[in-house]
Amino acid sequence: MSDSRERILARLRANRPIEVPTPTVYAKPLGWDREHCIASFMQRMQAVRGEVHRIARDAWVDWLAGELPARGIHHLLAGNGDVGDRLASALPASIRLSRYDHPIEQWKPALFNDIDAAITHARAGLAESGSIVLWPDANEPRLMSLAPPIHIALLDSHKLHENFAAMIAAEHWANGMPTNALLISGPSKTADIEQTLAYGIHGPKQLITLLLD
Amino acid sequence: MTRPASVYYYATCLVDLLYPRAGLAGMQLLRAAGIDVVLPRDQTCCGQPAFNSGYRDEALAVARAQLDAFPGDAPIVVPSGSCAGMIKHHWPELFASQPDARRAQAVAERVYELTEFLVDVLDVRLEDLGEPLQVAIHSSCSARREMGVADRIERLVGQLEGVEVLVQQRAAECCGFGGTFAVKQGDVSGAMVKDKTDALRATGAARVISQDCGCLMNIGGAFEFQGDGPRTQHIAEFLWERTGGRVS
Amino acid sequence: MNQTDAFHRRIDEALHNAQLRQNFRSALTGIMARRAEQFPDETQLQALRDQARAVRANALVRQPELLERLEAKLTENGIQVHWAEGPDEANAIIHGILERAGAKTVVKGKSMVSEETGLNHYLEHHGIEVIESDLGEYIIQLAEEPPSHIVAPAIHKNRREVAELFQRFHPEIPYTEDIDQLTQSARVVLRDRFANADAGISGVNFAVAETGTLCLVENEGNGRLSTTAPRVHVAITGIEKVVERLSDVPPLLEILTKSATGQPITTYFNMISRPRQPGELDGPEAVHLVLLDNGRSRIRVDDELLDTLRCIRCGACINHCPVYVQLGGHAYGTVYPGPIGIALEPQRIGIHKVGTLTSACTLCGACGEVCPVRIPLPKLINRLRAEAVDGLRAGTAVRGHGSMRKPAEAGVWLLWRWLYTAPSRYRLFTRLATRLRWMTPPWLGAWTRYRCAPRPAQRTLHELAREEGFRNE
Repeated sequence: MSDSRERILARLRANRPIEVPTPTVYAKPLGWDREHCIASFMQRMQAVRGEVHRIARDAWVDWLAGELPARGIHHLLAGNGDVGDRLASALPASIRLSRYDHPIEQWKPALFNDIDAAITHARAGLAESGSIVLWPDANEPRLMSLAPPIHIALLDSHKLHENFAAMIAAEHWANGMPTNALLISGPSKTADIEQTLAYGIHGPKQLITLLLD
Repeated sequence: MTRPASVYYYATCLVDLLYPRAGLAGMQLLRAAGIDVVLPRDQTCCGQPAFNSGYRDEALAVARAQLDAFPGDAPIVVPSGSCAGMIKHHWPELFASQPDARRAQAVAERVYELTEFLVDVLDVRLEDLGEPLQVAIHSSCSARREMGVADRIERLVGQLEGVEVLVQQRAAECCGFGGTFAVKQGDVSGAMVKDKTDALRATGAARVISQDCGCLMNIGGAFEFQGDGPRTQHIAEFLWERTGGRVS
Repeated sequence: MNQTDAFHRRIDEALHNAQLRQNFRSALTGIMARRAEQFPDETQLQALRDQARAVRANALVRQPELLERLEAKLTENGIQVHWAEGPDEANAIIHGILERAGAKTVVKGKSMVSEETGLNHYLEHHGIEVIESDLGEYIIQLAEEPPSHIVAPAIHKNRREVAELFQRFHPEIPYTEDIDQLTQSARVVLRDRFANADAGISGVNFAVAETGTLCLVENEGNGRLSTTAPRVHVAITGIEKVVERLSDVPPLLEILTKSATGQPITTYFNMISRPRQPGELDGPEAVHLVLLDNGRSRIRVDDELLDTLRCIRCGACINHCPVYVQLGGHAYGTVYPGPIGIALEPQRIGIHKVGTLTSACTLCGACGEVCPVRIPLPKLINRLRAEAVDGLRAGTAVRGHGSMRKPAEAGVWLLWRWLYTAPSRYRLFTRLATRLRWMTPPWLGAWTRYRCAPRPAQRTLHELAREEGFRNE
């Protein structure tokens, strides 16, 4: 195997194509203020059937307490952090709250089959493309935003960047990437049959972003 | 560029042999606009058929045989997007590292496609003497993409008061000619020209015009074969017919 | 059967399949319109193409150094890197990884590179069950067909054909031709597979040397599931996918999704830099990257052909190709169809095997016009035509150089050259052709199957021009 490595690299090193200048770092400053960013984020997200609700910073617990039963959500998954703690005391008794607190191997079938919705933080949002940005971690593991049919994300409206390029520059992503980083723009979808858009294929069928002011 | 006193005319082998009336009309339009037009006797072919078939040595030899035919620095006007594109864009590539590369480059830089020259250099004004007519335009791929002049034919036709332009579906799609492609991939080419003629016929236009005789040979030949379809005509011949030489 | 006859037979089959052609025409018309909507501003589009081209060109020039940096960074991050010269080695490496992990079932995200290696067949032959999880890939896996498009693998099938496949393989699900319901059926069928698979295999869209990050672009979530739910994740990619910096990614991502499917962004952009870390509760415990050469390093030797490797596999050239729309992808007979296939496959596999593909192009330029990284596809295809028929023994590095040269055809061009290099001979020829125009054969091979034959005029332009008083000297 290492022979192949050496052979491939040797062939590549043996030929030095004509030099090209190192490209400038791509930036696409849009000059949008916060309200413009919020409006674009909502419009883009809604254009791909992502739900966005702009609500007051501390209102999300009550919003969920009212909204989840109305939507027939009986089993909610939260992570190990503050979100679950706050929900634990606020949700009506009809809703079961589970916490993602043990390794996936111990409860995979339940995660895939029993959970109606999962709630996570979004680390940031992108205005131009209408994306939420997640860095899943031990508190909020990767499958939360993927396996359950509904994903609810809490996004601080002050954490909207104009676009991907602006975000990785502002947050110095290149200095250290997490295990997994994600841009998510709407619920899962496919157009593999007759190029016709259909939502809710393998990932969540619904993506609900609570944009917190 | 500023308006020259005279230009060379590059007939192209296809026009010379198959569509001389179209070629002549182009020369007459230029003359009517006050330009002295010279048709050098020793021109033959730009080399494109061989170049696009992979025979670069042969293409180079034939292209090289054109270099002496255009002395001086007068512009060279070509009534074909693809031949103009060959000279302007592919000669420099073909002649690269050849001793006469600079001469070829110099010739290439003097080349204009006919409609490009009429619009960009002469800024011609056309007076339409014809009856009301509906036409569809098929811009050649070379005029559209290689030369980037597809809008010139539209602007020229747009000056004709009696002419209404009907737009075909998938206007930018190739007609399926492609030089030797039409022979090497005859059935694919046949399927493509079928779609193209269907789209053009569906416009209801009485005439189809283009800057390139290759496309016209393909599309017109297919209409004739199908026994039903609008007349096809090169833009130069069309403009000459409509204006009767009222060009300024 | 030689490659040209085989190609013509596949073409014949495609051209006589009206349903297939209708499926392609309708699908591609929609895709082209959606792409165009994403680029309302021509100047911005061209600037973005310049940026994307520059990023890819830079990565190719510095490829050996970047691959080493990528390997070092991935290794530091805990991702194991493997190198494979060709398909057999790549398949063996992946099989070895799966075997050591005790993996019996694999869910796979979409990967064209794994099509190059025939990975599914290899693994199945070795007793490992492979489930394609991208809906389009799943459909063609059921149909036992290769992808007909690099982005939309089942683009050649309509809803009725998909419905019939589902009926055949999942008779427990009520028959439907409704696309939403078919999609839901696939969700149900594949969900258990994701939950139970031992390993996941995926491709890679960009591999970032600076951070040791594997980037995957997708809409369905199957790519994320394949790389998250199983214990082991194996990614396979061509060595050309490496880019230098994380900041190179945003322009590539933007132009990729807009060019490919006319989306401003896909649902998921998945950046993987590590296996599961201590304390983390999901994600694969082991992540592997297989770097496959398979002819790529040889392509890079030529300063012109090198441009082929800039490709980011968006498929825009395919969507806009007037030949592809008539034939569909299977007619090409190679992993990569359409313009990029015509440019890439003869170099990868050899002109002596698939050089005939270069004939399936009118050089109309539609592909080059939309390519997000400005690959001069018509120029490359034309160059390969020259490679195919070049008579020089001492050729270039392209495999099968000169192997399609035929004495009869070369003779015709020599005659043409003899005629057209001497104006006096040319004049004699045109004079004869015009005077003897009645002798023009009405039958000109393939041409006259669809068109009437052109006829020389009565007089050449030179003659007419002289009559009209033009200078002809």
